[in-house]
Amino acid sequence: MLDAASNAEAASKGRDDENFLSFVTFKVAEHFFGVPVERVQDILIPDTIAAVPGGPKEVRGLINLRGRIVTVVDLRVRLSLANAETGNPRGMCVTVEKDGEFYTLLVDRVGDVVTLPAGRREQNPPTLDPTWRNVIRGVFRRDDGLLAILDIDRLLDIRADAIAGVE
Amino acid sequence: MDDLIREFLCETNESLATLDVELVRLETDTEDTSLIASIFRLMHTIKGTCGFLGLPRLEKVAHSGENVLGKFRDKELSITPAAVTLILKSIDRIRTILMVLEETGAEPEGDDTDLIAELDAAVAPAAQPIIETVAAEASPEILPGNPPENPPENAPENAEETGVPEAAELLAEIASEMAEAPDDAAVAAPQADELEPAKEPEHTVKNRAPKPESETKESAASASSIRVNVDIIENLMTLVSELVLTRNQLLQLQRGISGNEFKVPLQRLTHITGDLQDGITRMRMQPIGNAWAKLPRIVRDLAVETGKKINLVTKGAETELDRQVLEMIKDPLTHMVRNSADHGIEDPAARVAAGKPETGTITLSAYHESGHIFIRIDDDGRGLDTDRIRKKAIENGIATESELAGLSEQRILQLICRPGFSTAEKVTSVSGRGVGMDVVHTNIARIGGTVDMTSARGRGTSFTIKIPLTLAIVSALIVRTAGMRFAIPQINVLELVRLSERNGLKVETIKSAKVLRLRDQLLPLVSLRTLLGEQETAGTGTGQFIIVAQVGKNSFGIIVDRVFDTEEIVVKPVAPILRGTPFYAGNTILGDGSVIMILDPNGLAAAAGQNQIDDADRAAAAAQSAQPASEMHSLLLFRAGGPELKAVPLELVARIEDIEKTTIEQVSDRFVTQYRGHLMPLVPFDDDWPWKDKPKQTVLVFSDNGRDMGLAVNNVVDIIRGRLNVDLAGAKPGLIGSAIIGSKATDIVDIGPFLTRAFADWFEPTHDKTLHHCRNHALVIDDSSFFRNLLTPLLAASDWCVTAAADGAEAMEILENGQSFDLIVSDIDMPEIDGLELARKIRADARWKSVPMIALSSLDRDEDRKAGIAAGYNEYLGKSDHTQLPAKLLHTVERMVPKDRLGKTWRKAS
Repeated sequence: MLDAASNAEAASKGRDDENFLSFVTFKVAEHFFGVPVERVQDILIPDTIAAVPGGPKEVRGLINLRGRIVTVVDLRVRLSLANAETGNPRGMCVTVEKDGEFYTLLVDRVGDVVTLPAGRREQNPPTLDPTWRNVIRGVFRRDDGLLAILDIDRLLDIRADAIAGVE
Repeated sequence: MDDLIREFLCETNESLATLDVELVRLETDTEDTSLIASIFRLMHTIKGTCGFLGLPRLEKVAHSGENVLGKFRDKELSITPAAVTLILKSIDRIRTILMVLEETGAEPEGDDTDLIAELDAAVAPAAQPIIETVAAEASPEILPGNPPENPPENAPENAEETGVPEAAELLAEIASEMAEAPDDAAVAAPQADELEPAKEPEHTVKNRAPKPESETKESAASASSIRVNVDIIENLMTLVSELVLTRNQLLQLQRGISGNEFKVPLQRLTHITGDLQDGITRMRMQPIGNAWAKLPRIVRDLAVETGKKINLVTKGAETELDRQVLEMIKDPLTHMVRNSADHGIEDPAARVAAGKPETGTITLSAYHESGHIFIRIDDDGRGLDTDRIRKKAIENGIATESELAGLSEQRILQLICRPGFSTAEKVTSVSGRGVGMDVVHTNIARIGGTVDMTSARGRGTSFTIKIPLTLAIVSALIVRTAGMRFAIPQINVLELVRLSERNGLKVETIKSAKVLRLRDQLLPLVSLRTLLGEQETAGTGTGQFIIVAQVGKNSFGIIVDRVFDTEEIVVKPVAPILRGTPFYAGNTILGDGSVIMILDPNGLAAAAGQNQIDDADRAAAAAQSAQPASEMHSLLLFRAGGPELKAVPLELVARIEDIEKTTIEQVSDRFVTQYRGHLMPLVPFDDDWPWKDKPKQTVLVFSDNGRDMGLAVNNVVDIIRGRLNVDLAGAKPGLIGSAIIGSKATDIVDIGPFLTRAFADWFEPTHDKTLHHCRNHALVIDDSSFFRNLLTPLLAASDWCVTAAADGAEAMEILENGQSFDLIVSDIDMPEIDGLELARKIRADARWKSVPMIALSSLDRDEDRKAGIAAGYNEYLGKSDHTQLPAKLLHTVERMVPKDRLGKTWRKAS
C-alpha cells in the first residue's frame, strides 16, 4: 500500500497524459469499486461493531480504531445492493477520512491496489442508477470487470443525501 | 483585589511593554504608518479600559498621551526623539500608577498636571516650537533651558556630573515622575552614569524600563500568571482524556488477574492520572465573574434607556467553572439579566406605587453544589404574570385553553421556555431581539444544564441555572438494553429502581403509555427499546431497571434491562453523520475498548414526548377523523353503576375525594356529607346501583361559585389525554354520548342532570359539551369558569376554536388585540361590562358589526330577551334548560354560521 501511495505521488507529479492514479479496490456484492489510495487510512477486519440504534440505516455502528471512534458505513446498504436489508454479516473495512472524522467502509473483500492511467477513466454511463450516479466518479474497464470509482465525500454525505431524497 | 482590575493590570502591563518596544522602533522608522496605528491603538485601549474601570488619573495621562500619538498618526507632529520621550514618560507614569494600584487596589493620590501639561502643550497649535524646545534641550548646541513645568532640583547636578545634558534632562524627568516611587528614582540615578550615546536618549529611557526597577514594576499579577493559548490547553485536555481511557483499559485488564505485580504501579498511575485530570480541569477553569463582567454596564445602560433605577448585585463571582461551559452560558446569562432588567423591574413610579423601593435590585449569584454550578438571577420586580403567559400561549398557538386548564402554575411558567413564546408586550431595543427564553433554555440544555424558575406576582422572579462543572469527562452509569450497552451521565440520574415481585414495583400501562407507581407518584416511563426501535418485551418488566432521570423540573423513568457500574467516561462528539439522531449526547470508548453511545436524557425525553403525541394522534385517527392538535382533552375515566368505562372532561372535576361511609348522611331523600365546612350534596351515578357498599366512597367533586357537589362513583380508573370525538347517537339521559377513548368505547357523562339533582338551581346557568373538530373561531364570555369550561368543549366539539374570556372587559381586550371571531357567545350578567353593554360596544365598531352573537343567560324572561336583542344579540338562549341547551345552542350556531359537514352530530341531539 505504501508503494502504491508513493507511486501515486510520483504519478501525480508526471504529465497529464502520463498521469497514473492508484486505487484501493474492493468488492461489494459482485461489484468492483475503487477509492483513491491516498484517502485510505487503514484496512481492517472489524472485531466488534457497536450498534447505533436510531441512526441512519447506512451506519452499521462504531468501532474502536486504536483509541479513535470510527463510524462503520455499510456499503451494501449505502449502495442499495443485494442483502441491503440485512447488511453485510462479515467483511472487511476500508477506513477513510473526511473532515477530520474517520469512517470505515464495510465491504465484502478488499482487493489489490491498482494503478491506472487517468486518461482511461470513463464517464458514468447515463443509464446509471441515480443513487450510484451521485457517488461514482467514473468507471475503468478492466479484464475482470468494471471498476467504479467512489467519491468518498459524496458517499459519506448521508444526511444531505437523505434530505435530498425526501424532496 | 477585583478580578477585573487584576485582569486589567495583566493586560496593561503587557501593552506597556509592547509600547516601549514599538515606540523605539518608531523612532528609527518614523514612516511606518502601521506601527503608529498600532501604538495609537494600544494607548487608546489603555485609556478606554481605565475609563471603564473608573481610574481617572490613569485615564487622563493616557488620554493626553493618546492625543500626542494622534498627532503623530495624522502627521501633524513630526516624530522627534523628544516627542517620543514624552510619550515614554507618560508610559512610565502609567506604570508607576499601576504599581501602586496593584499594591493597594486603588489609584494613588498624586498630581499629573505637569506631565499632562507637557503632553497637551505638544499637541497645542503652538506645539511645534515647544517640541522643538524639548528636542533642542536634548542637543547641546542650543540649550534654551528647562521647560517651565519641569524644574527638578537634581537635574543640574546630574548634568554636571555626567556632562551629558540630554541624560540630565531625562533623568530630571525620570526623577520627577519617580517622586512617587522613590525606589525607582534611586535605581534610575546610577544608571544615568552609564548613559553614553547622547543621540539616543529615548533608548536610555527604554533601557531603563526593563532594567532593575522594571522588575519591581513588573506586576506580580502578570509574573505569577502566564497566558497560554487555549488550543494548548484543549490539546492537553484531549491527551489527558486519552490517558484516562488508557488507564481504564489497564484497570479492566488487571481486574481478571489476581495478585499480580501490576497492581501497585497501576494504583499509582490511577492516582497520578486523577491528579493530572484535576489539574488540567482546573486549568480550564475560569471564574464565572468573567462571564458577567459586562453585565453591570449593560444593566446601567438599560436603566438609563428605560428610565428605571436598577441595582445589580453580584455574589460568588469567583466561582470557577470550565471555560467551555463558561462560553456557553455567557449569552444566555446576559439575555436573562437583560430580561430581568427590562421586563422584571418596574418603572420607579410603579415600584413606589407597589410599596417597593424605587430602585429595583437584580441579584446575580453563583455557587458550587454537589458537582454542579448553580447560578441564580433574582429580581424584585413584578414577577411573571401567569394569566398573561396563558393568554400569550393561546394566542401564539403554543397551547389551548383546555390544555392550560390542567397545568399547574409552575408548568405555566415553563411555557415561556417554549419556542415562539415571548411575553414582552412591546419589542424594546433592549430585549426584543428575536430570541427568547427558548434559546436560553436550548443553550443551557445543550451543556446538560437546566433552568428552573419561580415567580411571585408583584414580588419578583428567580431563575436558577444548574450546570455541570465540566463537560469533557463525566461519570456515567453503564446500562444494557436489547443486548447493547449505553452510558447515561450520572448527573442526570436521580435514582435507580429495580422492578420485582417483592417490592411490588411494576410497569403499568395507561393506554399505550407506561407508568410506574413510585412513592405515590405516577412516573412516566420511556422504554429505551421502543425508542431505539427494538422489539418490546411484554409484561410488567420484572427484573428490569428503571433509571429515574431528571430533565428540568420533570422526572421520568427510562426502562433498561440491566445496570452495570459507573465509569468515568470521556465524552466525544458523535460523527456528523449521526448528529441527526436525537438520543445521543456523544460516544466514548470504555475501559474494555468497546465503543458505546452516551444517551442524552434531554433528547430521550423529547423523543418520548413526540411518541406520546404520535400515540395520541393514532388513537384519534382510529377513533374517527383527524382533528387539529388544538383539541386535546384531559378526561377522567371512571366506573360507576356498571362495568363500562365512563369519562368526564377533567377540567370540570374540581377534586376527587374518598369519603368515609360513616360521614354520609341522609337528609330527606338526599345524601349529604360534611365537606370543607359545609354540606355537600352527594348524588349516586345510578339510583339503582348500590353505592355506599364500601367503607370509603369515591366521589368526584364538581364545584362552581362556591358550591360543591359530589358524584359518587365506583372507582376512578385513570386520567388520559386525547382527542375526543363524541358520537351523540348513543345519548341517554346523563350521557352526552359515547366516544372511543384508548380504543375502547366509553360513555361521556353529562354531569348536568346530576348537578341539578344536587342543586335545583344549579342550572340557572347552564352548560354542555360534545366534542369534534375546529373550524372557526368563537369567543365565549362568561364570568363563571364553570360555564367557560362547559361551553369550550361543547363548541370545540363542533369544530370551533374557542377563546374564552372571563368578563366583558377581557373580551374587549381580546377583540382590540385584533383577533377576529366568527361567533361570539356571551353571558349577560357579568361584573363591570355586562353582556348588554358588551354587545352594544361590539355592534358600535365596524370591525365586528356583523359577527353573529348569541346571548346565553340565566336571565330568561321576555324583557331580558328583548333587551338582549336590542343590545345587538342575534339570538338569546336561556341557560335554565340544561337538557336542551347544548342542542339548542349548536342548532342556533349552525343556523347562524352554516356549515354543511357538521349536520349529523347534533340533529340527533335535538
